Amino acid sequence: MSTAVAAHPDAPTSGVTNAKLGIWLFLASEVMLFGTLFTTYLVLRMGAASWPRGWDVLNVPMGMVNTFVLITSSVTILLAYVKASEKNKSGFQLYMGLTILLSFAFLVIKGFEYGAHFAHGEFPSTSIFNAVYFTMTGLHGFHVICGIIVNSGLLYLSGEDFEHPLFAGRVEGAGLYWHFVDIVWIFLFPALYLL
Amino acid sequence: MSEQTAHAHDIRPYLFVFGALLVLTVVTVTVSYLHLPPGPAIALGLAIATIKAALVAAFFMHLKGERAIIYGLIAITVFFLIVLFVLPITDSNWTSSRRVEHAAVGAQAEAAEAPAR
Repeated sequence: MSTAVAAHPDAPTSGVTNAKLGIWLFLASEVMLFGTLFTTYLVLRMGAASWPRGWDVLNVPMGMVNTFVLITSSVTILLAYVKASEKNKSGFQLYMGLTILLSFAFLVIKGFEYGAHFAHGEFPSTSIFNAVYFTMTGLHGFHVICGIIVNSGLLYLSGEDFEHPLFAGRVEGAGLYWHFVDIVWIFLFPALYLL
Repeated sequence: MSEQTAHAHDIRPYLFVFGALLVLTVVTVTVSYLHLPPGPAIALGLAIATIKAALVAAFFMHLKGERAIIYGLIAITVFFLIVLFVLPITDSNWTSSRRVEHAAVGAQAEAAEAPAR
């Protein structure tokens, strides 16, 4: 741990910006938050006398399309960061705009899924499976909404603040958070839909 | 400094990882249609998800070539995540009297009973 710091004597203590260290600390706490829910899922499933298979009760094609949407948005926010660090303002705005559009697409598809469940009289209180499903996808959806707010804020600020020396670092932080939201879905999708 | 902030990135690895993630998603969905027994299905699904998450973390989150302090932070997080999983699951296994609930009711329960668990 000390070797990398020693190899970069210019770095005061950590070798990374405070912003990046802060984002990673925040993601560490987020891992524990979602980890709690995954543990709950496992304990409830292992303790259940029966458990519905995902493909019988959920829309697997819609979940798969949403996986594609979220993975694509991870790539576009990455390209937005690349453009920001290359000082290419219009390129940044294009890819950040695409990221936000894809995030809304994810929520719209998820909304159709929720709507179909509600139309069939399936609510979080209907069964243990539904409670787990709505809690986990709901918290994940809330994170998507938070990502949209942060990314829209950066897109708005880029109008005036794009030349700010810390701007690319902010985009990197927002990107780290967004990739984490992607990773959560990468585990949620098979856990709920495919197993 | 200007070289650090304004150098051109090579985006080809990102696009390669993007393709790999799409393919792995198709693979994991296709495998689920085989309706494997729970043991192998969970092992395979978890393995593919872990590979996908590792690809995102290594390339998109730039963990490949990140500073040591971030690795240390992640190591601590993973350790406590394992604790978070192991303790409640061990407890749940020892108190088997809690295993009484059906997770689904009505039409869902009928669907759950239909395929062999």
